[in-house]
Amino acid sequence: MKLILILIPLLPLLGFLFLGVGFKSIPKKVTSIVGPGTILASFILSIITFIHLTQQAGTQSSLFPHSDVYTLFSWISIGSLDISFSFLIDPLSVLMLLVVTGVGFLIHVYSVGYMKDDPGYNRFFAYMNLFVFFMLLLVMGANYPIMFIGWEGVGLCSYLLIGFWFKNHEYNNAANKAFIMNRIGDLGFLLGMFLLFTTFQSLNYQDIFSQAKGMTSGNGTLVAITLLLFIGAVGKSAQIPLYTWLPDAMAGPTPVSALIHAATMVTAGVYMIARSNILYVLSPATMEIIGITAIITALFAASIAIFQNDIKKILAYSTISQLGYMFAALSIGAFTGAMFHLTTHAFFKALLFLAAGSVIHAIGGGQDIRNMGGLRKKLPKTYWTFLIATLAIAGIPPFSGFFSKDEILSKAFEFNHVTWFALAVGAFMTAFYMFRLFYLTFFRAFRGTEEEKHHLHESPAVMTTPLIVLSVLAAIGGVLNIPVLFGGENWLSGFLAPVFADAMAVKVQPAALSHATEWLLMATTLAGCLVTIFWAWRRYVKQENGLLPDEAKRSLLVQLISKKYYIDELYDFVFVKPSLWCSRYLHQVVELRFIDRIVNGVGQVVIWTGNTVRYVQTGNVGFYMFIMILGIILILFFNILI
Amino acid sequence: MSNLATIPIEYYLVFCSVLFCIGVFGVLIKRNALVILMSIELMINSINLLLAAFSAYTNDPAGQIFVFFIMVVAAAEVAIGLAIVVLIYRTTHSIDIDVLNKLKW
Repeated sequence: MKLILILIPLLPLLGFLFLGVGFKSIPKKVTSIVGPGTILASFILSIITFIHLTQQAGTQSSLFPHSDVYTLFSWISIGSLDISFSFLIDPLSVLMLLVVTGVGFLIHVYSVGYMKDDPGYNRFFAYMNLFVFFMLLLVMGANYPIMFIGWEGVGLCSYLLIGFWFKNHEYNNAANKAFIMNRIGDLGFLLGMFLLFTTFQSLNYQDIFSQAKGMTSGNGTLVAITLLLFIGAVGKSAQIPLYTWLPDAMAGPTPVSALIHAATMVTAGVYMIARSNILYVLSPATMEIIGITAIITALFAASIAIFQNDIKKILAYSTISQLGYMFAALSIGAFTGAMFHLTTHAFFKALLFLAAGSVIHAIGGGQDIRNMGGLRKKLPKTYWTFLIATLAIAGIPPFSGFFSKDEILSKAFEFNHVTWFALAVGAFMTAFYMFRLFYLTFFRAFRGTEEEKHHLHESPAVMTTPLIVLSVLAAIGGVLNIPVLFGGENWLSGFLAPVFADAMAVKVQPAALSHATEWLLMATTLAGCLVTIFWAWRRYVKQENGLLPDEAKRSLLVQLISKKYYIDELYDFVFVKPSLWCSRYLHQVVELRFIDRIVNGVGQVVIWTGNTVRYVQTGNVGFYMFIMILGIILILFFNILI
Repeated sequence: MSNLATIPIEYYLVFCSVLFCIGVFGVLIKRNALVILMSIELMINSINLLLAAFSAYTNDPAGQIFVFFIMVVAAAEVAIGLAIVVLIYRTTHSIDIDVLNKLKW
């Protein structure tokens, strides 16, 4: 078993080393096998791990084994600090393993087609494999430092992949922005880890959580720890205020956006909080802050998405908004709901990005939806898979998004009616902007150039097959957690129950909803979504308006939102410009005038001394002999003295 | 050996010191390479004399043995020194040491 666990992250790492060392010489055919192949192998091993986990439950009396820790080696052992390189296999980590390797594999297969003509083909797969390696470390770690290695590593790979086409300065700036904003969050994570160690004398999950169980709710240290860890999650999962990197990250190739910014990296924050559930449940103050941040983010990002015109930027803001949903679910204690939404979101968001990539591929590189349209007939497979994904994200039954979103909404209603209302409004906005995107891309007449129109073609099978697989998953993914209302048994809740058991025991559970209330809630949100979809249809299919060029005049509010509330400009003014000013000042004044002068001055002194002392060598033999005898006398003299 | 005791050791000391100083002055002041070599020989011989005198006055033969060694070394050194002077004469047709001033800054 241990060997399997070692192989799961090791294979992608070997893939990275192999492709990274030989990236100039390995032929593309080999990379096409090795790149996705390592991820497929990890996926199969993850399935074996999953089967092993469920079988262990069968042999035991009732519950799943709460946790199985496999230690590879002791990494740091200083005094009371003992960090070992170990993996934790429990339902939560196995779920994440399956999602990461499964969706990752499909995206790798897609990339074989999408990046076919790119000169950096080998480099791309090397980076992608490295990313999967770090992500697997993140989810499999049994203590916070291992998670942090993965945390930092995925940030690094995100930088490498966003700036993949590094010859373009704009893309490099976007990559820098992503990495720097991630690092701001990482500072919070690090401080949280330090505080964890001083409080619990250990960084292992098992030690910390078993100690935390006995603590009182609202303990000040716990609030500080959870808040700091949440700051890390804000950076990694693009919540307000550290979200501006994600839309800019669309500069990377589309498979990168699918893998990193839809399915895996951005969900690392959600995973981290789900993993630390007992700490969060014991800090209601932090949960409130998370909730407020999440809801504001969800609504804020959704509002921006309504007015964006770049296909990938709309999806980027949609990701930020959906992450807000996941965090909102975490903040009200619906941990299973958050993980369920994470899984279904991975399916339909990856599908959306890949299908968007297919559309971009078809029209030869353009991304502006104002230049698209009428692609329904030309790209049938892309059309149908995109439709399924859009229905899923809008929350239309029986697709997966309906079940996951509805679980979050019903838990929110139990918690607080205002929360429910805000999230429901967000759901309506989601339906609206997604169908706006859908209608504008696939309906009516093509609005691009003539040569683009001739270029239109469906993507090759290597790209459409992952789309189809993902669309099946997005369609039926709801079976993971069908609520009792529909006759299901909430399988995922049961599967993840042991992970969240302690947290659920501590938390005050609000009164469960009656079935009638649940039906009513579902009907309300569904009706609202259908109304917004119809409204979008009317606006973007029946009538051709709402598509303004960038310079057109807009009302003040619309202008504000379509310029993304000027947040980027604000950050530039408050943070970037002062930093650059400081850096310029330090360089011109301190560096050039003081430090350089001192360092160069030392050199100058040495040269001057040499130039002066060399005149001692007169070449006169008599002079040399005189000095020699003088020296001997002095030596004798000092010998006698001392 | 005992009649040597009639000359006090101070005489030998002063005499050899004076010889040595004459040798040093010769080395410093003279420009003729051969004269410099002779001055060096003078210094060596003054030391030899002093060593022999001490050996006689303390009845320790070690001093005289050491004189033998010094004489051998002096002979070898003079051979080399004279060879160098011959070579210098061949190239510069002079044995004035002031001619040899090219190895300078």
